Amino acid sequence: MLKDYINIPWKEIKRKRMRSWLTLIGIFIGIAAIVSLITLGQGLENAIEQQFSSLGKDKLFILPKGGFFGMGSSELLTENDLEVIQRTPGVKLATGLSQAFAKFEYNDLVNYGFISGISTSPEERALVWDAQTYGLIEGRLPRDGDKFKTLLGYDHTQDDLFDKRVELGDKIILHDREFKVIGFLDKIGSPPDDQAAIIPLDAYNELFGTEDELNFIIAQSSLGEDPLKVGEDIEKELRKEHDLKAGEEDFEIQTPEQFAEAFGVILDMVQIVLIGIAGISLLVGGIGIMNTMYTAVLERTREIGILKALGARNSQVMALFLVESGLYGLGGGIIGATVGIGFAKLTELAFVIAVGPAFLSIKIDWVLIGGTLLFSFIIGCLSGIAPARSASKQNPVDSLRYE
Amino acid sequence: MRTKKFADKKSTVIKLKNVWKTYYMGDIALDVLKGVNVDINAGEFVVIIGPSGSGKSTMMNQVGVLDTPTKGKIYLKGTDISTLSESDLAQLRGKTIGFVFQQFNLIPTLTALENVTLPTIFQNVPEEVRLKRATELLTMVGLGDRIHHKPSELSGGQQQRVAIARALVNDPEIILADEPTGNLDSKSGKQVMGMLARLHTEENKTIILVTHDTDLVSYSQKTVHLKDGEVVNIQTNGFKR
Repeated sequence: MLKDYINIPWKEIKRKRMRSWLTLIGIFIGIAAIVSLITLGQGLENAIEQQFSSLGKDKLFILPKGGFFGMGSSELLTENDLEVIQRTPGVKLATGLSQAFAKFEYNDLVNYGFISGISTSPEERALVWDAQTYGLIEGRLPRDGDKFKTLLGYDHTQDDLFDKRVELGDKIILHDREFKVIGFLDKIGSPPDDQAAIIPLDAYNELFGTEDELNFIIAQSSLGEDPLKVGEDIEKELRKEHDLKAGEEDFEIQTPEQFAEAFGVILDMVQIVLIGIAGISLLVGGIGIMNTMYTAVLERTREIGILKALGARNSQVMALFLVESGLYGLGGGIIGATVGIGFAKLTELAFVIAVGPAFLSIKIDWVLIGGTLLFSFIIGCLSGIAPARSASKQNPVDSLRYE
Repeated sequence: MRTKKFADKKSTVIKLKNVWKTYYMGDIALDVLKGVNVDINAGEFVVIIGPSGSGKSTMMNQVGVLDTPTKGKIYLKGTDISTLSESDLAQLRGKTIGFVFQQFNLIPTLTALENVTLPTIFQNVPEEVRLKRATELLTMVGLGDRIHHKPSELSGGQQQRVAIARALVNDPEIILADEPTGNLDSKSGKQVMGMLARLHTEENKTIILVTHDTDLVSYSQKTVHLKDGEVVNIQTNGFKR
């Protein structure tokens, strides 16, 4: 029985191919947008989570309030703050970083990028490496005694920054001072990081005439300590040191999890807005189906009369038309889901080309696909209710007379 | 044997009792049927004849219970149709009456076989049963080799034969044919009339033929003459063929 209620509407859909395709478009665009957005969103969320969890849950970032990683803040952190943090119980290790945006000169060309000053002590260097997910692809790591030596971001191994790639052992002028290139970092995926230079903190202070300033401090809690608790203790100590009341802090402490959450919230909001827009397309698509179905009911008035003369109940006529509109929805859903996944996969490919593999990985969520198809079928059916009802209510005699 | 069988079936299958049908065009009321009384008995071949404008089509809609009267009663196999819901009436109609129309009225998207099975779908007949029955019927009307053709691929006469097969698929007691030869050449028309006559004599179907063509009266046992919405004469011809 069910087969007939699909077969008959299906043949009607095939009869008007052009119109059927046009009817599908609205639904298909909406579903494609929703599927690709959700799939990409999930992929991005996973990617962000992975990035942050690879930092390790035991890391804490202490930043001056306002600005981003100390840039744009009026009050920076100091060496003294670092000592306070290092002394705080539960803190295994802490290290400070300084950062500035400065001039890079090489091959008679000028570029601007970030210069980071980091400690050359092996433990502190390792903490920075961990927390920033740095990896070395060429050369060697900085060590005690290095001064005007620099590591360069991945983009320097390509020829687009200075028309030719920077070679190991070359000289590069950073903020008007010559540095020897001792290594290159692996690709991180964000241009500011991939175009940066990393130099010893001593060299940084000399270069920029700073002495006691740090843009941010990375702390690692001891094994078995709750990082959140350690964070609270650091906050208390620093507040005492700065002579501030609770709530007046001129610094903030964040854990990777908090970062991930903050990013997640932003991502969710963006997704909700975009899916809302896709929803409008679905609404328009639904109206398109309704329009097509009303036209079909009018065109097939006579056929409705025939069906009724042959003994079709009102509910049976209604079912035939509802299935037809549902098939429009489902068809749009199938094409939309396919295109949506295709689009998400293409985006993944673009990420692989731009950033390298393993950053964004798209997984096909069959529950999502199934749900989407059901949803699109339901949209089709809902759009068809009013036309199908009007079809079912037609008087057989008038319908048979209709030319 | 046959007389015996007829005697058994001599019950009234359709009864029109003082049936009025009035159409309203704005404020003007137009009485198309004016108190029609007709009994159609099981196994009869009845021709309802009248010139155009006599109310023939309206009469056929009433006899085929496609429409309800403005006044009066119609009984289909003893059931007052005004007591049935629209859907229940449709079901009863589908089971009891097979329609053959002047315009054939096949569904253009469906094949001959699918068109023939259509009425069985609404009666929830199992698929194997209806496919077998529809194929047999199409073979019977001489279209066994064309069951997968669409109506547009068939001639007028062939389409009308598909329609006859469709009318028979639920094995109804009554076949109601509305000008079945009106759109056919004389050869195809004769073929179609021959089939209806055979259904009457061999299968004991009640045949109701609505027409303006006086030549077709020769097939009938009972002729109902309609004029200006009234039955002017009911003529019993006896068992002619």
